[in-house]
Amino acid sequence: MAQMATADRLTGLRARPGLLERIDVPRRVMFVAAASMIAIVALLMGFIAWQGIQLFVKDGVSVGQILSTTWQPDPENGATNYGLLPFITATVLVTAVALLISTPLSVGLALFLSEVAPQWARAIVQPALEIFVGIPSVVWGWLGITTLVPFLAHTFHDPISLSLPIVGQVFSMPGFFFGYSWLAGSLVLSIMVLPTITSVSYDAFRAVPQELRTGSLALGTTRWQMIRHLLLPAALSGVLTAVVLGMTRAAGEALAVQMVIGNAPIMPEAITQPLTTLTSQITLDMGNTTFGSPWQDALWTMSLVLLIISVTSVVLVRVINKRRLGA
Amino acid sequence: MTASNPAVGRPAGPKPSLRRRGSRGSILADHAATVALWGTGVLVLVILGAIILHFALAAWGVVSPSFILGDPSRTTLGGVLPILWNSIYILVLTMLIAVPLGILAGIYMSEYAGDNIATTAIRFAEESISSVPSIVVGLFGLILFVDDFHWGFSALGGSLALTFFNLPLMTRLAEQALRAVPQEERSASLALGATKWQTIRHVVLPLAIPGLITGVILTAGRVFGEAAVLLFTSGVGTPQHYNFLNFDLTSVASPWSPFRPATTLSVYIWNLNSEGLGAFKTQIIDGSAAILIAIVLIFNLGARFIGRVLTRRLTAA
Amino acid sequence: MPTTVAYPEPVLRPIEVTTSQAGADEFAARTQDVKISTDRVSILYGEKVAVRDVSLTIQERSIMALIGPSGSGKSTFLRCFNRMNDLIPGASVKGEVCLDGENVMETDVSVVELRRRVGMVFQRPNPFPMSIFENVAYGPRRRGQNDRRKLDELVETSLKRAALWDEVKDDLRRKSGLALSGGQQQRLCIARVLATDPEVILMDEPASALDPVSTLRIEELMRELREAYTIVIVTHNMQQAARVSDVTAFFTMAEDRAGYLVEVGPTGRIFTRPNERLTEDYISGRFG
Repeated sequence: MAQMATADRLTGLRARPGLLERIDVPRRVMFVAAASMIAIVALLMGFIAWQGIQLFVKDGVSVGQILSTTWQPDPENGATNYGLLPFITATVLVTAVALLISTPLSVGLALFLSEVAPQWARAIVQPALEIFVGIPSVVWGWLGITTLVPFLAHTFHDPISLSLPIVGQVFSMPGFFFGYSWLAGSLVLSIMVLPTITSVSYDAFRAVPQELRTGSLALGTTRWQMIRHLLLPAALSGVLTAVVLGMTRAAGEALAVQMVIGNAPIMPEAITQPLTTLTSQITLDMGNTTFGSPWQDALWTMSLVLLIISVTSVVLVRVINKRRLGA
Repeated sequence: MTASNPAVGRPAGPKPSLRRRGSRGSILADHAATVALWGTGVLVLVILGAIILHFALAAWGVVSPSFILGDPSRTTLGGVLPILWNSIYILVLTMLIAVPLGILAGIYMSEYAGDNIATTAIRFAEESISSVPSIVVGLFGLILFVDDFHWGFSALGGSLALTFFNLPLMTRLAEQALRAVPQEERSASLALGATKWQTIRHVVLPLAIPGLITGVILTAGRVFGEAAVLLFTSGVGTPQHYNFLNFDLTSVASPWSPFRPATTLSVYIWNLNSEGLGAFKTQIIDGSAAILIAIVLIFNLGARFIGRVLTRRLTAA
Repeated sequence: MPTTVAYPEPVLRPIEVTTSQAGADEFAARTQDVKISTDRVSILYGEKVAVRDVSLTIQERSIMALIGPSGSGKSTFLRCFNRMNDLIPGASVKGEVCLDGENVMETDVSVVELRRRVGMVFQRPNPFPMSIFENVAYGPRRRGQNDRRKLDELVETSLKRAALWDEVKDDLRRKSGLALSGGQQQRLCIARVLATDPEVILMDEPASALDPVSTLRIEELMRELREAYTIVIVTHNMQQAARVSDVTAFFTMAEDRAGYLVEVGPTGRIFTRPNERLTEDYISGRFG
C-alpha cells in the first residue's frame, strides 16, 4: 500500500498538465489584448503613410516642391505650389522656443519636488501638476486667447528694438499686431509640456541612489553643488528623455496652438509674427477640403511628417536609455 | 612602521573656526538655488490658482442650471445639455472598450511578458502610440471609420479612435498597479498550489484594485477633455435638441445611438472659437470651459480620494 | 615626495590584543590632545529616544571603535559628529559635541565646513558615477580647486594614502568608479574623503559589505591613517575593533530601546578586563 502511494505521487508530480492548463486561455486572451497595440500602430502607420505619399504618387508633386517656401494650395487662386517648409520650420521653431522656456522651469520643479520640498509641499504641488495634465488643450488655447494674446497685443504693440550708445541698434523686430503669434504658441505649449518634462525628470532624479547624495553632502558640499555636479550628470539621460518626450508632445499638439498662433503660412522671421504649424494647418484645412484633392493630399503628407517626427523621438528615447544602461 | 606612507607628517597649524563659511560663493549659490527651486513650486501653484480663479469668475453669471440643462443656441446664451450628454456618452463608450482591453493588456505586461520579441514589439507599439500626435490618431480614425467603414461622423468611431489613443496609457497604469503588488503575495499563493491564473484572479487583482481604479479615473479625465482625436471622427457641429425618449438606435436623431455625429464639450469650444460669431460666444465658451475644468478637478480629486479609501480598506482588512 | 609603496598581501590573523606596555607607550606618544568630546548627547527621532546621555572624549590621532548590538545607537551617535543627522527629518540632538573645543551643534556653525573637516565613509561603498579621477577630485573641485596640476597631485596623493594608486593609476580618467570591485570602491571612497583634507574620519561599518581580504586591507589602511587622522569606526565585528582600535566604547540598549554608553577604555583592557558585566557578556558572546 505504502509503496503504491509513493509511486502514485511520483507519477503525479511528473504528470503532464491538463489540456485546459496547456492551452491557458487567460494568457492567450491577455496576449491578444496587449498585441492589439501592435496592430493599431501598424494599421495607423500603414494608412497614414499610404495617404501621405499620394501627393507624390497620384498628384505628381516633387519632393523639391514640398521643400519650397510657398503654400498656395488653392487652384482657384492660380498655379498651385505645395511648399511645406513654412509649416515644418514653424513647428520646429515654436517647439524649440517652448522647450527653451519650459525645460529650465520643469527641471527646476522636478528638483524642487525630489530634493528640496518637504513632505507637505510635495503633497500640494504634485496633485496640482496632475490637474495641469488634465486641463484639456482647448481650454489652454482659450486661456491663451483671452489672457495672453490681448496682453501681448497691448503691451508690445510697437516695434521692439534694442539700441546701445556706441554700437547703435543691436536688433529690432516688429511688435505684436494682434497678439496671435509664434511667441503666444510657444508660451501656451511651454505650460502644456511642463508636467511631462517635470514628471519624467522627477523619476530620473528619484532613481539616483540616496547614498550618492549622502556621500556628496558628507564631503562638505552644499546641496546645490550636489545637485549641480552629481545629481544632474547622473540623471542626465533621464532628463534628456524628458525633454524629448516634451518635444514630441509640443510638436504634436494641435488645437491649443492653432487657437493662438495666428495661422499665417509664411516662413518664420520674428517671434512676434503669426505662423502656422503642421498640426494647426491640418486642423484648419482638413474639414474644408475634398477627399482625394491634391490640397488634402498635402495635408496627409503633413501628417506623415508628424508621424515620422514622433517615431524618430521614440527611437531617440530608446537610444538615450540604452546608452544609460551601457554606462 | 609606515614611514613611506605619505599620510605621515600632517602640518599642525592653527585650527580654523567652524564658523568660517567654507566658501562664500558656494553658500550664496546654494541659498539662491533653494529660493529659485521653491520659486518653481510656488509658480505652479500660482498659475493653477489663477486659472481656477479666472474660470470661476468667467463662469459667474453664465453657468446655471438652465445653462447646463438647456439646448444650444447661437443667438441667445444657450445651454450645453446635448453636448455635455455627448461628452458623457463618448466617455462611457470609450471606457467600456478601453478599460477591459487595457487591464487585460496590463496583466499580460505585468505577469506574463517575458524577455522576447513579442514583448519588445508590444512595448515599442505602446511607446509609439503614446507619442503619435492626437490629431494624427484622429486622421487615422477619419480614414478607417468615416471613409472606409462608411460610418460617417459617429460616436462609435470617435470612441474607437479615443480607445486607440488611450490604450497605452490605460495599459501602463494597469501594469504599474499590478507591479505594485508585492512579489511575496504571488509566491505565497503559488506555494499553496494555485495556478498562475488563479493567483492573478484571486490574489493579485484584488490587491491591485485601488491602483486600477485610480488608473481608470485618470484615463477617463484625459478622454473627457480630448478634442483633436474627435474633430474628424465624431464630428464638429452644434446639435440642436435631443429627444431622450427616442431609443431607436438606428436613428441619427436618437441620443442613444452610437452611429450619429456627437460633438463633445471640448470640440464644441474649439468649434465656437473657430467659427462662432454669436453674440454670446465668449460667455458660452467660458461657461463650457469652466464645466470642463470642474469635471477634470472632480476626476482628479476623485481618483485620489477613492484610491486612498480603497487602499485604507484593503490594508485595514 | 610621494613614492610608490608596495603593500604586502594582508594575512588573516587571529584576534590579537595589544596589552603590552610598548603598545600603551606608542599610543601615548602618538596622541596628546583631545580631538572630539561629547557631553550628555541625546538623539531623538521625534519623541523616540535613540541615544541617551553619551559623554566621551576621543584623542587626536587615535582610532576609537564604537561596538555594541544592533539598535544600540552607535551609528546614530557617529552621525552627530558631522551632523549627518540634520538630513533626517524629525531627528534632533541634545547636548554638546565639541571639535577642538568648538560646539558643532550651535546654529551658526557651517555644516559645510564641519563636514569638510570631519569626513565620512559609509557601510556600502558609494562611488559617484564618474571616473576614478573625478571621484577623488570631486571634493576639492567643489571647494574651487581647479588648477590641473594641483588636482593631479592631490588625486595621486589621496589614492596612494588609500592604497589604491597602484591598482588604478593606468586608467584613472577612463574607468568609472562603479567599475571597481567592492573593496576597491571602498578604498576609493576613503581616497575621496582624504582629498578634502579632513582631520577626523568617521567610518560606519566600512568593511561589513566586503570580503575578508578586502576587510583586512581596509584595516591595514586604518592603522596607517591613524598616524595623521583621528578615526572613529562603528563596527559589528569585535575582532576588527580589537585589531585596529586604540580605544573602544561599548554601547547597548536600555529597556526603552534607547542606546547608551556602557563603558569606554583602552581596547586592550575592554577586551580582557572589562569593568561592566554587560560588556563582558557581549564580548564573550553571551549577548547579541
